[in-house]
Amino acid sequence: MENRGIELDIKVPNQTRYLSLIGRIGEDIAREIDRYSGDRETLAYQINLVLTEAMSNAIKYGNPDNREETVHILINISDNELFIRIYDYGQGFDINEIPTPDFDALEDRGRGIFLIKALMDSVQYRKQADGNMLEMIKQLH
Amino acid sequence: MNLNSEIITGNVVIHVKEERLDAHNSAELKLEFQKLFASGSQNLLVDLKDVRFIDSSGLGALVSGFKNATTSHGSLRLACLQPQVKSMFELTRLHRVFEIYQTVAEALEK
Repeated sequence: MENRGIELDIKVPNQTRYLSLIGRIGEDIAREIDRYSGDRETLAYQINLVLTEAMSNAIKYGNPDNREETVHILINISDNELFIRIYDYGQGFDINEIPTPDFDALEDRGRGIFLIKALMDSVQYRKQADGNMLEMIKQLH
Repeated sequence: MNLNSEIITGNVVIHVKEERLDAHNSAELKLEFQKLFASGSQNLLVDLKDVRFIDSSGLGALVSGFKNATTSHGSLRLACLQPQVKSMFELTRLHRVFEIYQTVAEALEK
């Protein structure tokens, strides 16, 4: 894949059955990026994971009254970076206020944002005119 | 959720026959653990050989089962983690919580 100027604009129903489809798209992209010198299978897993986590959050919290029945995902691959943007229409939250999980307390939940932050180089969550956008960036060295 | 269960030397061995454990199917796994402990099972061994992907909700279902086990004075152990799945346990420090074995046979010997 020539990794200049590739953009995928995806809308899928906000149902968890589509998580695997989006995850697989992420894996395929990771395997095709020309200039990545790291472990490609690890990158594939990481992109699958962050897409799965972000889309799960958008389904759970992002569309509280089913106002928008799709999840909108934008993936952009430039020379050196992989951008992923996921849009939701929920109340939103302050991503900097999400605590690192207490590793000694065995909670069933609360690891999703931690995993995204751990695997991506930059993670921002911003309010927009209509809803919110989670932006995740991975440097491709 | 595709699962096969068998009882071997006092352990309920659950073979998870899914490629992914994610927000789509993890609630079913959590429920399965609850049912097993509620019906008197004590020692669960979860075979994850076929699982090549796990997300935070999949990890959460296993943590929930682990807590059920503790409450029931039983155990929930794991076997056959694929490398990328194992790395998720390490990243979230859960490898320090669970007893993890390379094979089902090795777990059953303990």
